[in-house]
Parts: sequence; C-alpha cells; structure tokens
Amino acid sequence: MSSNAPVEPRRTALDALHRSLGATMTDFAGWDMPLRYGSERDEHLAVRTRAGLFDLSHMGEITVTGPQAAALLDFALVGNIGGVKVGRARYTMICREDGGILDDLIVYRLAETEAGSSHYMVVANASNAQVVLDALTERAAGFDAEVRDDRDAYALLAVQGPESPGILKSLTDADLDGLKYYAGLPGTVAGVPALIARTGYTGEDGFELFVAPADAEKLWQALTEAGAAAGLVPCGLSCRDTLRLEAGMPLYGHELSTSLTPFDAGLGRVVKFEKEGDFVGREALTEAAARAESEPPRVLVGLIAEGRRVPRADYPVVADGKVVGEVTSGAPSPTLGKPIAMAYVDAAHSAPGTPGVGVDIRGTHEPYEVVALPFYKRQK
Amino acid sequence: MSNPQQLRYSKEHEWLSGAEDGVSTVGITEHAANALGDVVYVQLPEVGDTVTAGETCGELESTKSVSDLYSPVTGEVTEINQDVVDDPALVNTAPFEGGWLFKVRVAEEPKDLLSADEYTEFSGS
Repeated sequence: MSSNAPVEPRRTALDALHRSLGATMTDFAGWDMPLRYGSERDEHLAVRTRAGLFDLSHMGEITVTGPQAAALLDFALVGNIGGVKVGRARYTMICREDGGILDDLIVYRLAETEAGSSHYMVVANASNAQVVLDALTERAAGFDAEVRDDRDAYALLAVQGPESPGILKSLTDADLDGLKYYAGLPGTVAGVPALIARTGYTGEDGFELFVAPADAEKLWQALTEAGAAAGLVPCGLSCRDTLRLEAGMPLYGHELSTSLTPFDAGLGRVVKFEKEGDFVGREALTEAAARAESEPPRVLVGLIAEGRRVPRADYPVVADGKVVGEVTSGAPSPTLGKPIAMAYVDAAHSAPGTPGVGVDIRGTHEPYEVVALPFYKRQK
Repeated sequence: MSNPQQLRYSKEHEWLSGAEDGVSTVGITEHAANALGDVVYVQLPEVGDTVTAGETCGELESTKSVSDLYSPVTGEVTEINQDVVDDPALVNTAPFEGGWLFKVRVAEEPKDLLSADEYTEFSGS
C-alpha cells in the first residue's frame, strides 16, 4: 500500500469484468488488480493441471525502434539483444552503473515495420516501469533510436497451463505449433489483433496475448468460452505468485533489488560480457562476477518446511541459533502440500540437505530442508 | 452469505455460540474467512488455557497473510477442534459449522458483542 496521499488506483480495461466475477481486488504497484476470484489454491491447481486465464495489464510495455534500437538495448541492458532474432524473446535485466538490478525484463524482437529500422518491445514489471522508461530514455542519448511509453497501448492477457495450446488453437489460425518457448508472433485471436507470445511466469506451457485495451474484454470472453470444456478458470495474482515461486522464478522486490547484482541473485548467466561494445554496469559486473567465484556471497536456495507454518519475506533463516540468511518469498505450496520459501543463505549453509537449517517464524525456529531450485518442473 | 441468528459476534470477526452447561463454541465468521483466503494453518490455544476477551489466543495463516485470533470471551478452553487443525480449509468451507475453533467455559462475557443483524451491518456482509 502506498504511504503517500491517496491516489486513485489505475484500473485495467477488464476492471468491470473482474468485479462482475466477484474478484477480490488488491493494490499492486498502483494498480487495482484481481487477487483471486475464489480459492487461490484451486486457481493454482487449475493452471498446473488444466488452464488459467490472467489479466496482466499492469505490466509495463516500452517500445524501442530505430536504426540503432539494437545498439541502444545492448548498451542499456546486460543481455545480448542484437543477437535476438525477429520473432524471439529474451529474459534479461537492466542494471545501474554499480551493477545493482533496476529490473528484470522480457524483450521481444518484433518484425521490422520499415527497412533498416528494428523494433523491440520491452516488458517491465509494473512497479519499475517508470524507472525502466526513464533509464532507457536517458541511455538513448546519442543513439538513433526512439523509446516510447506504450503502457496504455496494451492490455495483456495470459492463458497458462497444459490445456492452453488447445484452447488458443480453437481461436486462431496462427502457427502455435511452430511458436517456441520465448517466441512471439503477430496474429489474430478471436478476431482481435494480438501479439501472441509463448511466455509466462507459472512454470507451465502458456501464452501471453498483448492486445489493444478496447479488445481486451472481447478476447477474455472468447477465451473463457473456448476454455470452459477444458476447465479453464480466471486466476488472480495470488496464485501467480505461488506458481512462480514453485517454478523458482525471481520476483523483483523479493529476490531482486538494486542492492544485488545478477551474480548475487544466481542469475549471472544473463550478463553477456562477450557482446560488442560497452554497456551500463560492465565494469562493476565484471568485478561482481569475479567476487562470486572467489568469495561467494549468499546463495539463493529453496526451503521446504517439515512442519506447517509458512515462512514469509524477511523472516530470518537460522542454524545453530545464528542468523545465516533471510527469506525472500514464502507461501504454502499447493503442489507440494507444504510451505516453501526462497531464501538467500550463507554459502556454508546453502548445499541441498544441509542439516540444522530453520526459519525463525515469529520467534519459533521451525526446521526446513535446503533444496536446489526450482521446487517444480513440468514434464515436457 | 448470512450470519446465523443464534450466534453472537465480536468486532474482530469471531462468533460465539450460546452456552450449553456454561460452555460456548468459538469460530471465525464467513466474512473473515473470505477476507483471509485459503486458510492453511491454524494455531489454537490449548485445553486448559485461560483466554481473555479481546486478546489474542492463536493465529490463522492463509496463503497471503497471518492473522491473530482473538477470543470473544474470557474463560477456560475445554476443547479444541482437532479436525480444523488437521484440515484448516474447514475454516473456509464451513466457518459456522465444521470449521469451529475451540470451546470455552465462559467466566466473563464482554457487553459489546453484536447480534447477527448488528454484525451484518458492521461487516457489510
């Protein structure tokens, strides 16, 4: 919740629809978003076994175009964006000069609309969209490229779960079989022009559909009808959080922050030192990479409860009565049937199976098993 | 949803049954259960504990949060609902019935407990 003077929350194009479905709404990064429609556990299990439909219109879309769009993104982000082929997407990060993570991003390379000019869509977390927009705009100085705020140009719907390809196929002629994980193509779904991306944040197969806000309700209704027989249900942000936690995916503000580099977060692989030219944070990140080799900082691990009490963000991880780490995210896992957490723990206590590790849950030390992430991996 | 007429209610969203041989049953309301979301862990007082009206005597944990459980009356706990400890989802599915939490031999009852109609107005549901 914001501590500032009351500001009207932003509402998505599907706001009235969520209310008609009886959603419990929550403030998320200044947006009024569905938290759950019924039982979050049922929504979670629907995505794992059938399909779920999400409104993710709070995500921040930023368009980058121009002859030097790729060069700008290679300079501004840590990934090798110039190497992304048309129709593909890349998970990457934007860092500060000191290597601290400003946000994690998905960058989609779209088809060129004019010769000699490339076209990217950068999708930022809602909470960081303005920061990312400002940083990209500032870093664009001297590049022949345009950075455009497209947050209001898109609504974003996601269909996630094993039944999602079949459901989507019934509404589009687009070649979904040819659409790989982390790829995107323009198409028409239920008569609505959409960018169809095979991405998600649930650990399941699924699609994200970027559409004009005016088309969002029509698309939602079409997906609801097409998915009814397969057991598709509307899903809120609560189950999205437990789904991503089980899949070991980081969430900005929990596992990622400006005080951590990608190497601290165990995600050094997103930093591409081999790419041409300088990029913001290169020097600091080179040092961070060396530090991670020689004196590993805390390590991001998974914890599984032996009991039933749920660890929450910021709870201390303890061993032999000493604090050895901190929980970053925790929740009851519907798939495992036990509470789970992600936590940064000292390297000495980070190996799977390390004995004697617990979490201080409001004064009581509860035993936890250290495991490697993720907790859940789908069978392909 | 409707709040049973025969129960009385606290502003902390607990309900209290009429006493049978001086013993009343305590639970949380459907309004509270809905606000919590799926309850995954219930910590109750122990049999023999003295609970005090308006003070915490346990906690309810849901997917997203932890909430304190307040006792609506003062007295001695005579029984806890082991079924709800084993299956906390009962709080969501049957808050006024199988999801009851504990029984208490009432020593003292606050004067500001609400009737069903008053609680409905207070909670807005």
